[in-house]
Amino acid sequence: MAMVRVSFTANLRRHVDCEPRDVKAGTLRAVLDEALPMGDALRGYVLDERGGLRKHITVFLGADAVRDRARLSDDVAPGTEVWVMQALSGG
Amino acid sequence: MSKTLWVSTRKGLFELIRKADEWHVARLSHRGVPVTQTLVDRRDSTVYAALDHGHFGTKLQRSDDGGVTWTELAAPAFPDGTDVSAGAIWALTAGGVDQPGRVWAGGLPGGLFRSDDRGDTWALVTGLWQREEKGHWFGGGADLPALHTVLVDPNDSRHVTVAVSCGGVWQSHDDGDSWAITAAGMRAEYMPPDRADDPRIQDPHRLAACPVDPSRVWCQHHNGVFRSDDGGQTWLELSERVTPSAFGFAVVVHPTDPDKAWFVPAVKDEERIPVGGSLVVAHTRDGGHTFVEQRVGLPQVHAYDLVYRHAMDIDLVGAQLAFGSTTGNLFVTGDGGETWRLALGHLPPIYAVCFA
Repeated sequence: MAMVRVSFTANLRRHVDCEPRDVKAGTLRAVLDEALPMGDALRGYVLDERGGLRKHITVFLGADAVRDRARLSDDVAPGTEVWVMQALSGG
Repeated sequence: MSKTLWVSTRKGLFELIRKADEWHVARLSHRGVPVTQTLVDRRDSTVYAALDHGHFGTKLQRSDDGGVTWTELAAPAFPDGTDVSAGAIWALTAGGVDQPGRVWAGGLPGGLFRSDDRGDTWALVTGLWQREEKGHWFGGGADLPALHTVLVDPNDSRHVTVAVSCGGVWQSHDDGDSWAITAAGMRAEYMPPDRADDPRIQDPHRLAACPVDPSRVWCQHHNGVFRSDDGGQTWLELSERVTPSAFGFAVVVHPTDPDKAWFVPAVKDEERIPVGGSLVVAHTRDGGHTFVEQRVGLPQVHAYDLVYRHAMDIDLVGAQLAFGSTTGNLFVTGDGGETWRLALGHLPPIYAVCFA
C-alpha cells in the first residue's frame, strides 16, 4: 500500500510520545487523522479540538510548507515524508 | 503561617519555601513552559497547574504529591457543535468543601468548565456559554474575552460568581445551570457614553470576596475600584479615593476582615506601568472610605513592574501577602504592607502567585 511517514519535532519528546508514524497517502487531513487518532495524547499537541492545526504548528510535505492550513486539503503523495514542526512564531 | 508559595511564571512553576524570613526556590516544575494558573486545592492538597505551550496548546497537569510528580489531564475543551477552541486557562478554583472533586476552570475565549472528578474530565457550562449577551463580550488585554475569576460561596457551594474581561460579572445559584448578570453600578470609560453602564461589556479585572463575609466583594475594574456589600449584586465606585491611580489588575481581601483590601495601581491602558516609575500598593483598612499608599520597601525610581490580576495573594490567616511582577520581582510583607521586601528579584515574568 502507498504509505507516507509522519515525523514530529523533537521538541515534543519531553511532553508526549512522538515516534514517527507510517500511514496511508491521501489528503493531509486524512494523513493526520490516521496518524493522530482521537484519544491519542499527541493529537492535542498538534491539532485543536476542532481538528485544526494549532496556530504555531507548521507542517511540511517533503520540503514544501503546507498550503491549506485551514482545511488541510493538500495532497500527500506516496513516499512523501510529512514533517510536523514547531513554528518559530509563538515561542 | 504558610511556608509555601507557588509562583506561576512565563518559564515554569516555582515552589518557594520560607525558612526563617527568607524565601528559597525549592523546586521548578514545567521548566521553560508558560504556567498561567496554579491551584492548591486545600480540600485534598492536590496541586493543579495550567500550562500554555506557545505551540502545542493549553494543557492541564495535576500533582498528588505536592509538585514532585505530575500527571497530564484532559484539558478543558469545547464540545462538538461549538465553533471555537480553548485558549489559555485564566481561572482554576476548587469547589466547595461539600463537593469533593469539583474544580472550575475558565479562560479564553470566555468559556467556563466544570469537573467533578479532580480534572479527569471537563464539561462546558452551557448555561453561561449560550447566553445571548455573550455576543457583546470582547477581549481586554488578550485578543479574546477571558473568564478569569471564579468565586465559590463558602456558605453555599451552588452559588458561583464569575468575572469576564470584558463581559461583566455573572452569578449562578444552581451550580452553574442558570446565570444572571450582576454588574449594576459598574462604569466603562472605554465605551461611548451611551454604553458606559452596559453590564455586558464591563471589564472587571479581578474580584476578591471575603471568606467570612462573602457579601463583601472587591473589584479592580479596568477604570476603577468598586465595592459590593450585597454579594456582587450592585457595585459602588471608589475610584476617586484611590491614589496614585485607580487602574490595576490585582486585588486581595483580608481573610477575616472584609474592610481590608490591597490593590496595585498603575498608569491605565495606554502605558500599563507604575505611576511615575514608583511601585505602590494601595491599601484600605476601613472598607474603602480611605486608601493609603504603601511604598516602604518597594522600588520608587525607574520601576516598570506591572502586577497581573492573579499575581497577588494573602495567606489563609492574613499574616503574609505576596505579589509578583512582569519584571520577575517577587515582593512579600509580614505586616500587612507597612513594609514590603523583595523576596526574589530575577524570576521570569510572573503570572500568578498563591500561598499553599
